[in-house]
Amino acid sequence: MPSLIDLTLEGRKVGQHGPWPRVVVDASVWTFAASELAHGRWSLLGLWGDPATVHMAIMDGQTAGIAVISLDCPNRRFPSVGRHHPPARRLERTIHDLFGLSAEDSSDARPWLDHNRWGVRFPLGDRIDALPKATPYRFLAAEGDGLHQIPVGPVHAGIIEPGHFRFTASGETVVRLEQRLGYVHKGIDGLMTGASLERGVRLAGRASGDSTVAYAYAFSRAAEAALDLGVPERAVLLRALLAELERLANHLGDIGAICNDASFALMHAHCGVLRESVLRAAGAAFGHRLMRDVIVPGGVVRDIGSDGVEAIQAALDNIRLRFPALVELYDNTASLQDRTVDTGTLKASLASQYAAGGYVGRASGRSFDARRALAYPPYDSLRFDVPVLNEGDVNARVWIRIREVEQSLSLIDQILSRLSQGAIRKEVPLGGEVREGMAIVEGFRGDILVWLRLRNGLIERCHMRDPSWFQWPLLEAVIENNIVADFPLCNKSFNCSYSGHDL
Amino acid sequence: MRKLLFESVFRQPLTEPAPSAADAAVAELATAVGQTARRRLGRSLSIREVDAGSCNGCELEIHALNNAYYDVERFGLRFVASPRHADVLMVTGPVTKNMREALERTYHATPNPKWVVAVGDCARDGGCFAGSYAVIGGVSEVVPVDLHIPGCPPTPVAMLRGLLALVEQADTRTITS
Repeated sequence: MPSLIDLTLEGRKVGQHGPWPRVVVDASVWTFAASELAHGRWSLLGLWGDPATVHMAIMDGQTAGIAVISLDCPNRRFPSVGRHHPPARRLERTIHDLFGLSAEDSSDARPWLDHNRWGVRFPLGDRIDALPKATPYRFLAAEGDGLHQIPVGPVHAGIIEPGHFRFTASGETVVRLEQRLGYVHKGIDGLMTGASLERGVRLAGRASGDSTVAYAYAFSRAAEAALDLGVPERAVLLRALLAELERLANHLGDIGAICNDASFALMHAHCGVLRESVLRAAGAAFGHRLMRDVIVPGGVVRDIGSDGVEAIQAALDNIRLRFPALVELYDNTASLQDRTVDTGTLKASLASQYAAGGYVGRASGRSFDARRALAYPPYDSLRFDVPVLNEGDVNARVWIRIREVEQSLSLIDQILSRLSQGAIRKEVPLGGEVREGMAIVEGFRGDILVWLRLRNGLIERCHMRDPSWFQWPLLEAVIENNIVADFPLCNKSFNCSYSGHDL
Repeated sequence: MRKLLFESVFRQPLTEPAPSAADAAVAELATAVGQTARRRLGRSLSIREVDAGSCNGCELEIHALNNAYYDVERFGLRFVASPRHADVLMVTGPVTKNMREALERTYHATPNPKWVVAVGDCARDGGCFAGSYAVIGGVSEVVPVDLHIPGCPPTPVAMLRGLLALVEQADTRTITS
């Protein structure tokens, strides 16, 4: 069986790409990689375009080896990966919408992010005029006696991001859910082009608000990989501190919100208080409740004082005092368990096929956690467990989050105890003419990938891949045979990002 | 559960005193005075939140308005599920081109008199997304805006100040009209 290293030997290696290799391959190697993905030997990490090239990031799950392969498309076509490996389909549709590069023989050629409202087609490619008339979006067919459709969105009933869900139901039972996304497409990849690193990291921090730390972290690490830039030790620790606070706040909020969708408001109220205590501590320590614009290439821009450390420790003490009772309450409330156990079950095979990150994967037997598998500093020297369950239902996703809250508390303790005085930021060099870098960082939702190419210190192309790309399609799968009323529970237990996905 | 419920009977409430209405917010609102006021609202406002393209940061802080510390319902402010039930549309984000029609339709589905509150820096002029092929810009490019609450995202306290200003202004308008 060929390894990823064999694959990289097949192509022309690109210089100045760190830390993993990038090679330009021909169509046969590209297709071979697609078939290896389809056979489950490798995982797809990302698939994105350039004006005349497509790139694919692949991971060998056994060794955590990673490589990027690129294929030039002089005819504006490339062999479809999605035809062999369904997780690539939405990514290919996006490449077509943005760049006008078509996947040959693709099984789904419908537009994805392009709703024919931009006034331009292929905005990052040839930029041709929009179609004169919008064609209605063709939802997939679901036919049978007594089936009815329920269209929901893009504006939902709660305080939620916009997206459209098309349910086909037989009575109360969902037989098919189809998503249509792209409503919050802001053209971030386009805005990145030509931007400075300073503006780039601000944009990255606004790709998905709940993961603002993780995105700035991933972007900065990608830029540093491109520039071969090391970061001061104190900044390395502060970044992990920020990332764990973000994970803690999101998990606490979401555990309560999932229970709220099962009409159990007491958990919601108490978890909301704990989440708020984390945000206030973050606000006191870093001057911003969501810790936005703190991480930048070269380090961090705000240091933490002793009062900040105290505020965080006080929040941690409060969570340690209150959270166990809430976990007990969750575990002992039959009416709540009745809604979460065996609801929205994601099969392990699908989680593995889609390389599902975060609690979605880890509740379905996929143990990947970028902090452990890729062991980027400071996680290579911190002690923590990666909880994994196999049930794959809403309940399992809640439990993974509960365990991750506990792990984050421990990680923050370790980080605070190691924090020694020192510099927090290094000057960022302009770098050579062309430099490329990639980074994968574990956000609260899963692994975030950022790839970028710098030319004379400016961003020539930057692509960010949210974990939601590979989680949204799985939500379609898990809702089948559940009742419509359980959709909010399934949806919240996934909590996919709209903005991070739509870019 | 009994233990938790018991505790909450004896524990002091977490709710904090209401912030004062911000002067700047009042001043901004004053420009909209007299245009739409028709009926007495008292101190009650129903709010429909619409994400027209935000990164979700503003939504997180709007959610926080409902937690035990801020507890907006004590001011008579509540979030409703339908624009048909709303007095106020709270709109976030640089309005994306893909969301324009949905925002317009939500606005038209909201009965008069109604107020539009644009929340966050993006909602003013598109923020750092301004200039993108996929973004229109501020909320006021699509629907008339009565009040803007700045911030990236604004803190819950900043939002409370803005909303209180709106309620107080709504009262005054009724008296003067």
